[in-house]
Amino acid sequence: MRSKRWHDYLYLWTIIYFVLGLFNILFAWLGMIDFLVPLLFAIIGGNKYFCNKFCGRGQLFAFLPKKFHCSRHQQAPSWLSSSAFRYGFLVFFMMMFANVCWQTWLVFGGASSLNESIRLLWVFRVPFGWTYTSGTVPEWIAQYSFGLYSLMLTSALIGLIVMALYRPRTWCTFCPMGTMTQIICRAKTKKPLP
Amino acid sequence: MKRFAEVNKARCVSCGACANECPKEAITIWRGCYAVVDVNVCVGCGVCSRTCPAGCIEMRLCDEK
Ligand code: SF4
Ligand code: SF4
Ligand code: SF4
Repeated sequence: MRSKRWHDYLYLWTIIYFVLGLFNILFAWLGMIDFLVPLLFAIIGGNKYFCNKFCGRGQLFAFLPKKFHCSRHQQAPSWLSSSAFRYGFLVFFMMMFANVCWQTWLVFGGASSLNESIRLLWVFRVPFGWTYTSGTVPEWIAQYSFGLYSLMLTSALIGLIVMALYRPRTWCTFCPMGTMTQIICRAKTKKPLP
Repeated sequence: MKRFAEVNKARCVSCGACANECPKEAITIWRGCYAVVDVNVCVGCGVCSRTCPAGCIEMRLCDEK
């Protein structure tokens, strides 16, 4: 095994992120790091170093089964890593992200009021009001926090489920950030998409 | 007969899970596009093949090439 480097401990970041959000939802904004850094790596460097070395989430999915034997280590059905599903899931996820932005916009414009809850798996509403004290920041900033935290937690849950059912990093085969950065890298090398 | 790992480049999602687990550090991710195995370094242990979440690494015998 290769020796551990500082960035091998970034799975802690993933845990810290979710814990911080339980105390104050405004920390959800830190999730933007996980959106922007991989894109910067891909656009500027033409690589997936984020996925390959720095993504705390990917590391967490690899780490948990090693520690707690919580994965079946079974090969996932191949459609889960097919191009069609990956691109489809990317589009779906982007639409959900656009919806978060739209809700934020509505609150910003005063067309709707702040909703202090998160939505898990796009279906289940969970009251989350204790994580926010009204008036701390403009309401749209809080609204975006609830929305982004919902997306982050939902995707983490899906990731944990496929981690347990299949191989540890199965989420990475259809993770929207992974798919998007690979598309950018392929475009940069002028390799046709598979 | 020497075994080595072969990546199906069309299916690889370039996640790097294989590279992180390879005991010989024989795998690199080529420009974020797909995994490449250095067959001279690979000892054919099969760890990468069992790790790959996309199931796109096959173990081959050298003379199959
Ligand atoms: S595919 Fe997604 S979860 Fe996996 S390492 Fe890349 S960004 Fe992280
Ligand atoms: S078979 Fe073993 S040595 Fe060869 S690339 Fe895979 S993990 Fe590395
Ligand atoms: S684990 Fe599989 S999908 Fe991920 S980089 Fe290696 S060969 Fe590609």
